[in-house]
Amino acid sequence: MRRVGSLPTLRDAYDLVVVGAGPAGMAAAAEGSRRGLITLLVDEASGLGGQIWRGLDLSSPSPWVRDGFALRAEVEAAAVDFAPSTSVWHLAPDLHLGLAQGETARLIAARHVILATGSIERPMPVPGWTLPGVMTVGAAQTLLKAQGLLPGGRTILVGSGPLIWQFAAQCLAGGRAPTLFLDTTPRANRRLALRHLAGFATSRYARAGLALVATVRRRVVRVAATEGIAIAREGGELTVAWGRGDARADLVLLHQGVVPNLQLALAAGCAVVWNPARAAFEPRTDDWGRTTVPGIAIAGDAGGIEGAEAAEARGRLAALGVLAAMGAIADGERDRAAQPWRRRLARARSGRAFLDALFLPDRRFRLPEEGTTLCRCEGVTAGAVREAIAAGAHSADRVKAMTRAGMGPCQGRMCLLPVIETLADARRVPPSTLAPWRIRSPVVPLPLAALATLPSAEAAEAAVVGY
Amino acid sequence: MEQGAEFDVVVVGAGVVGLATAFGLAGRGLRVAVLDGEGEARPASLANFGLVWVQSKALHGAGYGQWTIASARAWPSFAAEVREESGIDVGLRQEGGYTLFLSEAAFQRRSAGLAALCQQMPSPAMTWEVQERAVLARTLPDVGPDVVGGIYCPLDGEVHVLRLVRALTVAVQRRGATLLPSWRVDQVEPLSGGGFRLRGGESTIAAGKVVLAAGLGNRRLAPQLGLIAPLAPQRGHVMVTARLPRLLPLPTVSLRQTEEGSVLIGESKEDRPENDSVRPDILAAQARRAIRVFPALARVPVVRSWAGLRVLTPDGLPLYDQSARHPGAFVLSCHSGVTLAAIHATRLAAMIAAGQLGAEVTSFSAARFDVRAAA
Amino acid sequence: MFARQPERVAQPLRFVLDGRDVEGVEGDTVASALLALGVRAFRHHAATGEARGPFCLIGACFECLVEIDGLPGRRACLTTLRAGMRVNLAAMDAGAVITGR
Repeated sequence: MRRVGSLPTLRDAYDLVVVGAGPAGMAAAAEGSRRGLITLLVDEASGLGGQIWRGLDLSSPSPWVRDGFALRAEVEAAAVDFAPSTSVWHLAPDLHLGLAQGETARLIAARHVILATGSIERPMPVPGWTLPGVMTVGAAQTLLKAQGLLPGGRTILVGSGPLIWQFAAQCLAGGRAPTLFLDTTPRANRRLALRHLAGFATSRYARAGLALVATVRRRVVRVAATEGIAIAREGGELTVAWGRGDARADLVLLHQGVVPNLQLALAAGCAVVWNPARAAFEPRTDDWGRTTVPGIAIAGDAGGIEGAEAAEARGRLAALGVLAAMGAIADGERDRAAQPWRRRLARARSGRAFLDALFLPDRRFRLPEEGTTLCRCEGVTAGAVREAIAAGAHSADRVKAMTRAGMGPCQGRMCLLPVIETLADARRVPPSTLAPWRIRSPVVPLPLAALATLPSAEAAEAAVVGY
Repeated sequence: MEQGAEFDVVVVGAGVVGLATAFGLAGRGLRVAVLDGEGEARPASLANFGLVWVQSKALHGAGYGQWTIASARAWPSFAAEVREESGIDVGLRQEGGYTLFLSEAAFQRRSAGLAALCQQMPSPAMTWEVQERAVLARTLPDVGPDVVGGIYCPLDGEVHVLRLVRALTVAVQRRGATLLPSWRVDQVEPLSGGGFRLRGGESTIAAGKVVLAAGLGNRRLAPQLGLIAPLAPQRGHVMVTARLPRLLPLPTVSLRQTEEGSVLIGESKEDRPENDSVRPDILAAQARRAIRVFPALARVPVVRSWAGLRVLTPDGLPLYDQSARHPGAFVLSCHSGVTLAAIHATRLAAMIAAGQLGAEVTSFSAARFDVRAAA
Repeated sequence: MFARQPERVAQPLRFVLDGRDVEGVEGDTVASALLALGVRAFRHHAATGEARGPFCLIGACFECLVEIDGLPGRRACLTTLRAGMRVNLAAMDAGAVITGR
């Protein structure tokens, strides 16, 4: 592996560019380069691992961590270029990518692109969620994994999902018990999840998960089926109120699951579909992760939330698909090489349906109330969005134009899903009839000076009016 | 869904052109329906730069100059009316604007062109100033050393274009017009007893008059009514920076700062674009030029960009026409929907209501293209 | 709000926050260093003036934007802390004040 610390040392063109160095991206890059593709792996973080294996060297040993070490070693030994701390701000159907590191930018060409951009936490738009001191559970876990920072004062966990239980256990292990866990998982979900119990009971989540739940239940005060969360700040203190009580905190951590990070896929024009079981958009892909845009595949959680083990398999499969498409291997060889990964994928996916059903967040926490901020960047309330819909804005793009929701620096990463679900609710149509808003370059903000360093064809120079 | 002929006028298109015209029509007591196709993410109205701009328009001929100036002068009362009726301030600010020049030759050429124009104009309707660098730097202190001079026109200004669309959307409905979202017209046909019927998917709607204000969509619809709309798209890129302290006290034709503090950068023109996608090399060229004009922008992040398609006639002037074969069918197409919104809402709407396009707009009829084709 | 786990030892790194000399550690991002110093609010919202702090720490929410070595609008959560780095929170406040009108 060659670490590319500055953009000018990149090649102009690669056979394969993999965006995201988590399990899916590392596996795709390793598999592709091992079989001869000139491969570039790009990540915004400073090292390999993605969110799941952040701070791998600091983690206590477990099978989970051993997988991470093995894959990392494989990538490090491979003939692959790795560009850390690098943002991809442009991806077009012509498979040109715009990269940026600080104040420098670069355009490169790819024959194939695999997007392994992982997931982001689903926003939990409750009153007060924009206050300093309110963060996501994933954020706190990142601080713990990568920097060894644990919540210090009174910490309240709010929400639903496996991660919240896992993080609570990690806090306990570190000797800092969370003050309170306001569990927003709707009771009705349990009944709905039971249908998928068989798949879960035999899955690798079951034993580890149940042990974890038992520990946390024993040692953390939990309020089940909490409704009506509101966070306020008085002086230096946060107060969390729920229907039947309230409590003070120094830190409030929100979480209600994760959803695919599709920003680049949307920018490139990949088609997405609404998955009602997960209340999120997922890209339309085939068995090899190929999207509707020729040359662009998606692997890992970005293609639909399945977890790290499935992500590695998906990364391998996507790379095999690319190899066959490029003629580097025959279709028969591709299919043979894919078999063990398909088996691993099937094993990793068992139990997912149960988790999806159990932890599908309550609608009340996906659809913010009138006065609650829906778009954090532009400070747009759910009420303003509903008003725009009533005035005739029937698409996400129109809501954006009318309200500014989605126009800030995060470019709608945080508010797309609440906008879509609010639109669906107000118009009484299923979300599957609605499309995400259009995402355009730059997908990540970058300084004008960085853009200015890019070459332009003569026609582009001529197109810019030179008075 | 069948909607009978309960409407006097159906306006096809809920962009600035359609909404402004509908606002005027509804204000005259007519029962108006506005059909919003909502097909594109960024129809021209939403991709717009938001200028109320006079100085360059006059260069296209005295007639267009006069029409533009009349609209610029009508803008304050139009904005006030829209605000009163919608409760939304469209952010009109008409304190003058600049075209800045990086090349001495281009500066001299434009100055001479405007001087020549002054003699064609029937009355001294438009005033402007040719300002050397030292003079304009008093108003725009942050201009870079490469700027050689500028043309200042006191009639020029800017609006908050997204708020304008929102305000008009609300105001037309408060005036009693019916806004029909997600209504894409497949077919429009004249009825034997007068009036028109429009079909879109499962829906139909009928009205006494029809006004086509569907941007580039007019190309498809106009021929169905015996009208022509020889329009071509021209792609323009706009970039938006993070919010900044005030850097541009007045707008320029290609750089302006919004009320929110973002600087908008837009100055590309590409004919025959294949689509409205964003090209990074155009962004790069725009970035280089913007930094030369205002060097302080260099380290500022660009947070968004988009490309939009301008709606251009062969000569760049507006197209207003009524079908000779099917009176009551009108086509409106123009590239300057924001600048001309005030006059569309007033004089043009009055003409459509009266069923007769008046003398001051006859030079904008499609007849001029036929003449050209014949010659 | 956050405390460093005592069992983890890391090299201290000096950097400059709003003109003051402060300390983080090797392996910090700018965001983690500030949080460990007890800084909750990183900036003020340009439109509403509300204080805002980091939210997602994976580069998605753009709430932790600060000025780093003169470059405004950088994501503190993705920027590796280096010795001598100049981090400016006050600069974002100045940027938030829209003068004129």
